[in-house]
Amino acid sequence: MSDYNFAYLDEQTKRMIRRAILKGVAVPGYQVPFASREMPMPYGWGTGGVQVTAACLVPEDTLKVIDQGADDTTNAVSIRKFFERTAGVPVTDATADATVIQTRHRIPEHPLTEGQILVYQVPIPEPLRFLEPREVETRKMHELEEYGLMHVKLYEDIARHGQIATSYAYPVKVGGRYVMDPSPIPKFDNPKLSGSPALQLFGAGREQRIYALPPYCDVVSLDFDDHPFDPSKAPHDCDLCAADGSYLDEVIVDDQGGRMFVCSDTDFCQGRRRAGHVGRLGVPDDTGPDAERGA
Amino acid sequence: MMGAGELSTFPKKKPDPSPLLSVAGVKKTYGARIGCSDVSFDLWPGEVLGIVGESGSGKSTLLSCLAGHLTPDAGSVVFDTSAGPRDTLTMTEADRRRLARTDWAYVHQNPRDGLRMGVTAGGNVGERLMAVGTRHYGGIRDKATDWLGRVEIDASRIDDRPSAFSGGMQQRLQIARNLVTGPRLVFMDEPTGGLDVSVQARLLDLLRGLVREMGLSAIIVTHDLAVVRLFADRLMVMKSGRVVEQGLTDQVLDDPQHGYTQLLVSSVLQV
Repeated sequence: MSDYNFAYLDEQTKRMIRRAILKGVAVPGYQVPFASREMPMPYGWGTGGVQVTAACLVPEDTLKVIDQGADDTTNAVSIRKFFERTAGVPVTDATADATVIQTRHRIPEHPLTEGQILVYQVPIPEPLRFLEPREVETRKMHELEEYGLMHVKLYEDIARHGQIATSYAYPVKVGGRYVMDPSPIPKFDNPKLSGSPALQLFGAGREQRIYALPPYCDVVSLDFDDHPFDPSKAPHDCDLCAADGSYLDEVIVDDQGGRMFVCSDTDFCQGRRRAGHVGRLGVPDDTGPDAERGA
Repeated sequence: MMGAGELSTFPKKKPDPSPLLSVAGVKKTYGARIGCSDVSFDLWPGEVLGIVGESGSGKSTLLSCLAGHLTPDAGSVVFDTSAGPRDTLTMTEADRRRLARTDWAYVHQNPRDGLRMGVTAGGNVGERLMAVGTRHYGGIRDKATDWLGRVEIDASRIDDRPSAFSGGMQQRLQIARNLVTGPRLVFMDEPTGGLDVSVQARLLDLLRGLVREMGLSAIIVTHDLAVVRLFADRLMVMKSGRVVEQGLTDQVLDDPQHGYTQLLVSSVLQV
């Protein structure tokens, strides 16, 4: 522990953020303004997500932090360390063991369960922002449910690329009412947003907005009748664990055009390798399914 | 010679009992200054009303009040909606905005105000369709192609952005974008301003054709008397925020009664 208040933020701030979260849960997909605080990390590093996580954490929680699906990238490591130091909560890499998961750009492959909280880091919460620069106008459009413009963006995609080329931050309609930016997750993850048993919270620090999807909320990805939504992924199996249904990262391995595809969710991939699955370029993992992590 | 059978193919036009737009006592002030005051008129289906006057006479203020862009301080603007006549000033903003993208159209003087410059021509035309719930890409595309043709823009330009268009083409694109949902009332604010005379003539010709063909009503604000002479059935002359004279276009222009109208008509340069 340290001299910081539990989870860094003072109690009044956490209360204010919890209020915003409650409002967000009550009105799914609605962007609730909140008084975002300066955090000891730069904007773009997940200041919104960190504040939401701090407001949700209790000492009994187990925290997992992922960045682009990985537990061991800079962003994930530094945020995990931050909460280890300021909250003293146990941390884990295993999706199933965590009660609070802060994520950047991915939803874990392992199905989430009731009682878990998934916190997203959001750079730009307004799905209409690049179509309509005026905040006053976008709020009005949300208020009056004028979402034709969102389809103009998809129309433009098809007109230029022959298909809906938006592959991340793919706009969704929540509970038949609000159009929402699901943060820059790949559209492969969009179906997992809908009907999830976990509570999903979205925090945008710089833009000072919080929004939420309560458990089992209905989320629909926008599309056209003749160009239906397609949660695409690279047409390969994971080269390490041979998984055929997970979201893959493409890794360039040499300057001869060599490449490999690996699960972006490192915990999922490792779990499969421990269970004995071996991909095209993988080597058998003999540490066994119950081996300690990082031993 | 026409036989009786031929005559019956032209159904007798039923007299329309109610005006499309009924404006009464509209007033808008900017602080102590009058924007427009005490404006009342009826606009009937299929009729084109011209509003002329010098700069600062309140004609654009009036148009903005009618189209719901400004809220008048007093008066009523009753529009004959599909559910019967409604005062657009007292209806909810949601209803008014729905009206604005279905039954109404607004053509800005500067096409840049009315177009999305970063969106292709097809997307611009399709926006209103998508706003009223069309969700079939192919259908939107066909309709956009059709409308580009009707405003004399080559179908091959459908995926170009308006920034690649000439001023006249941008203005025609704006018109297509507005008319695609089949509105009944078009507001036009100096639609030919800033265009050279030959382009102006073509645009007017096109507008006239579309208005007749679709049976549109229109309110056109301009300071160009030639435009209203060609286009408008009826004319309102404004000065210092008030209507000083109104009547049939030819009547007002050929036999102006009010001193200001006489001045206006006699100021037109002859070529």
